[in-house]
Amino acid sequence: MAEKINYKEVFFNPFSKNNPVVVQVLGICSVLAVTAKLEPALVMGLSVIAVLAFSNVIISLLRNTIPTNIRIIVQLVVVAGLVVIVDQLLKAYAYDVSKQLSVFIGLIITNCILMGRLEAFAMGNRPWPSFLDGVGNGCGYAIILVIVGFFRELLGSGTLFGCQVIPQWCYDHGYTNNGLMILPPMALIVVACIIWVHRSRNKDLQEQ
Amino acid sequence: MALNKQSNVYTIIYIVVLVVAVGAALAFTSLSLKDRQVENANADKMRQILASAHITPEKGKVVDDYNKYITESFIVNSEGNRIDGEAFDVNVEAQSKTADEARRALPVYVCTLADGTSKYILPVYGAGLWGPIWGYVSLDSDGSTLFGAYFAHQGETPGLGAEIEKPAFSDQFEGLHMFKDGQFLPVAVVKKGQKPTGDEDYVDGISGGTITSKGVGSMLDNCLRPYESFLRTLSTETK
Repeated sequence: MAEKINYKEVFFNPFSKNNPVVVQVLGICSVLAVTAKLEPALVMGLSVIAVLAFSNVIISLLRNTIPTNIRIIVQLVVVAGLVVIVDQLLKAYAYDVSKQLSVFIGLIITNCILMGRLEAFAMGNRPWPSFLDGVGNGCGYAIILVIVGFFRELLGSGTLFGCQVIPQWCYDHGYTNNGLMILPPMALIVVACIIWVHRSRNKDLQEQ
Repeated sequence: MALNKQSNVYTIIYIVVLVVAVGAALAFTSLSLKDRQVENANADKMRQILASAHITPEKGKVVDDYNKYITESFIVNSEGNRIDGEAFDVNVEAQSKTADEARRALPVYVCTLADGTSKYILPVYGAGLWGPIWGYVSLDSDGSTLFGAYFAHQGETPGLGAEIEKPAFSDQFEGLHMFKDGQFLPVAVVKKGQKPTGDEDYVDGISGGTITSKGVGSMLDNCLRPYESFLRTLSTETK
C-alpha cells in the first residue's frame, strides 16, 4: 500500500486501457439485455456508476474493520443495499425505465465489475481513490453501454431516445429497420466490433 | 487490549450491526418513497385500462385521461347486482383465484369515448408459462361484442409467449362475440388453423407460445364467466 497512487490514472485507465467491458470483458450479460434502446442503457450506466462509486467508498471506509473470512458477504450486503435503494428511487422517479430494466437493476448485485473493483481496489485503498476508481470504472462501463445502445436503437428502431431520427423519405425509398439489431445477439456482435476497433488502435492490448 | 478481528464473536457482532444498519436504511428509503411508487403503479394500471379501449394517453396525462374517459366504475357480483366498494382497489389476482364464482367481486369500468358510445372494461388475470399474465377487455354496450383487448405479462419468453402484449395478437379480439344464440361463450384461443370444439368465437394462438396462449384462453374463461349475468342484463337492456 506504500506505493503512490496516481489519481489521474486511477480515474482514466478504466475509460480505455483497462476498460471493464472491452478489455476485461466483465458485465457482458447486462450489456446484452439493456441496450436495445438508448434510454435504459443510459439509466443502467448511471445506476452502475452510482452503486459502484458508493459501494467502493463504503467498503474502503470499512476495510480495516472487516473480518477477512466474511469480507465477500460484507461486500454483498453493502452492494445489495445500495442496489435496492437505486431500484426504489427508479420506481419512484422513472417508473417506465424501471419497468424496462426490471430485473437487471437487481442483477447489478451480481455484476462482476462491482465485486471485482471492491475486492481488487476498495479493500486496499483509501476512500478518495476508491471513489475515483468506482466512478472511472462505472463510466467505462456506461460508455460502452451507450455506444452499443446508440447503434442498436438507431439501426434497429430508427430512433434515438425515442425520437425518430431516420427521416420518412428513407423509408419511402425502401429502407427498413433491421429487426435483428433489437435482438440480444447483435449486442454481442456490436461489443465485438468495439473490441476490434479498440484493440487495433491499442497495439499493446493485442494478444499473440 | 487489541481487538481480535478474526474471532467469532467479532465476526458475528460485525455482521449483525451491518445488517441492522443496512436494513434501517432500506426501510427508511422504502417508507419515504412509497407514496410516489403507489402513484406510479396506479397510473400504469390506468394506462392499461385505457389501452384496452384503444386510448393511448400522452406521457404525464394518464390520470387526466383516465378521469376524462372512465366515467363510472363499480363492482358487481356474479348475479349481476352492484355491490359496495371501489372497483379500482379490487385485487383481481385474489378474485381470480377464488374458486367459488358466486363470492367474487367483479370490477367494471365504464369508458365513454369521444363519440359518446360507452364501452365496458373488465379486468382478467391468469397464469402464463413463467409467471402471471393479466389484461383488460373492453366490450360494446351490447355486452357481447369485443371492442378491444390489452394483455400484459411478467416474464413470458420474448418473441414467443411475450407476443401476447403485441397489438398483432390483441387486435384479433376486436369484433368477436361473447354471446352465441343466447349462450355465453368466452372467446377461445386455439392453435393456428384449428377450431375450438364448441361454437365460440376464437383467435389464433401464438406459434411457439402454446402454453401462454392456452393461459390466455383459460384466463378469459375463468375471469369472464362470472360476468355472465351482468353482461346478459346489458344485452337485454340495449335490445
